[in-house]
Amino acid sequence: MQAKAEILDETGVRRALVRIAHEILERNQGLADLVLVGLRSRGDHIARRLAASLREIEGTAVPVGAMDVTLYRDDLAHARHWPQVQRTEIPFSIEGRTVVLVDDVLFTGRSVRAALDSLMDFGRPRSIQLAVLIDRGHRELPIRADYVGKNVPTARREDVRVLLRETDGADRVVIAEKAAGR
Amino acid sequence: MTAWARKDLLGIAELRPEEILEILDTAATMKEISTREIKKVPVLRGKTVVNLFFESSTRTRVSFEIAEKRLSADSVNVSASGSSVSKGETLLDTARNLEAMRPDILVLRHASPGTPHLLAARLACSVINAGDGAHEHPTQALLDAFTIRERLGRIEGLAVGIFGDIAHSRVARSNILALSKLGARVIVGGPPTMIPPGIEALGAEVVSSLEEMLPRLDALVMLRIQLERQGGRLFPTAREYSALFGLNRERLRAARPELVIMHPGPVNRGLEIAPEVADGPHSLILDQVTNGVAVRMAVLYLLSGAHRVTSAADAIGGAA
Repeated sequence: MQAKAEILDETGVRRALVRIAHEILERNQGLADLVLVGLRSRGDHIARRLAASLREIEGTAVPVGAMDVTLYRDDLAHARHWPQVQRTEIPFSIEGRTVVLVDDVLFTGRSVRAALDSLMDFGRPRSIQLAVLIDRGHRELPIRADYVGKNVPTARREDVRVLLRETDGADRVVIAEKAAGR
Repeated sequence: MTAWARKDLLGIAELRPEEILEILDTAATMKEISTREIKKVPVLRGKTVVNLFFESSTRTRVSFEIAEKRLSADSVNVSASGSSVSKGETLLDTARNLEAMRPDILVLRHASPGTPHLLAARLACSVINAGDGAHEHPTQALLDAFTIRERLGRIEGLAVGIFGDIAHSRVARSNILALSKLGARVIVGGPPTMIPPGIEALGAEVVSSLEEMLPRLDALVMLRIQLERQGGRLFPTAREYSALFGLNRERLRAARPELVIMHPGPVNRGLEIAPEVADGPHSLILDQVTNGVAVRMAVLYLLSGAHRVTSAADAIGGAA
């Protein structure tokens, strides 16, 4: 991977997430019946950080779950590499609650479509909202985010990488040229 | 991405330790699905699985069938009685005819060792060995390893005993292979008539009584005495077997307090294992059954991804 440009640095990531936390509060007028579900393998960390921000602002703990949507994907048949499945952990009921799905990058919308299907198998939430750190465009499905950290126009051949402290040692978002042959 | 590249799961013998661990790790994620209210994910939607059982089986067949359904595959059960096998069709013809209907995976149980290997080499679909004679029963060994790891946190460095009719047991063979590959020390034991010569070559230590192995063990697999196969020939009476080789509360006193006890089922209560032990605090017998579904889901998932067209569109994953 060749990093071409940095879109967000550590401060940028922090500010974007704090703003999203405020927007979630404002839109839902509080945290009653609100839960966060992050999509692995970066969205779950972002969801936990949002929960920490929400707690700082409101003093209330929000339940946080993590979801792996591999088994719900529509593009597995075209996958060159069979993905490793990670654990889904939603240790609370989503029935009748507002679920904020959290992902790092919104691109084609197919992960979110899979996540919506998967969530429905866990119950019937009152509503589902979507929060992403980066929206890079190129949607293939009629899906939009309710909360966006940063809109980044990209070319298809580019790759947006969200690097997080928890998984990559530091917070950074970069645009990279896709490796040849991918 | 997974490192799995095999079309078939025929035995533990050919698996590398990393492949075994990949199945166990995948099974750990699959297990959660069975705890949901809607116990189903769409990953194998549109795939057809044929469960071809030439030997009777309840647990294994139902376990495979549930695993298939939880992954949304369509499954068909064929048993030897009532099929064209009883009309004299050869195994290969049966398999070719089934394959002409384009299944994706064939789960096979057969009394003859090597049957799954024979079919796997001739069929385009994936073949899973669900037990071939006294040869191998890989998914049983995988679920046993999974159960031990889940309870004790690891397999490497543990001492695991396998006791009973080692000679006629595919479970013993697959377990010895799997556990040794994962770094456990395997100790097998049973009446001398039930210990096959040369079993040490698989990497197991041999003892002749439960008393000899019990104090050293972290985990113990009690094998089923297969009364329907050779009972009455390898030991004089059931009562004598139970008295000399059965696992009961008395004998268990010599064991470590944290010993876990497993049994592939079906249990002959009071023969190889006393009811109070089978139902006791050391027993993981029902955990094994639960885990069997998760392990079979993992195998079905991994095999489905193995022999795909590699020129297909972009690899998925990353930011999408």
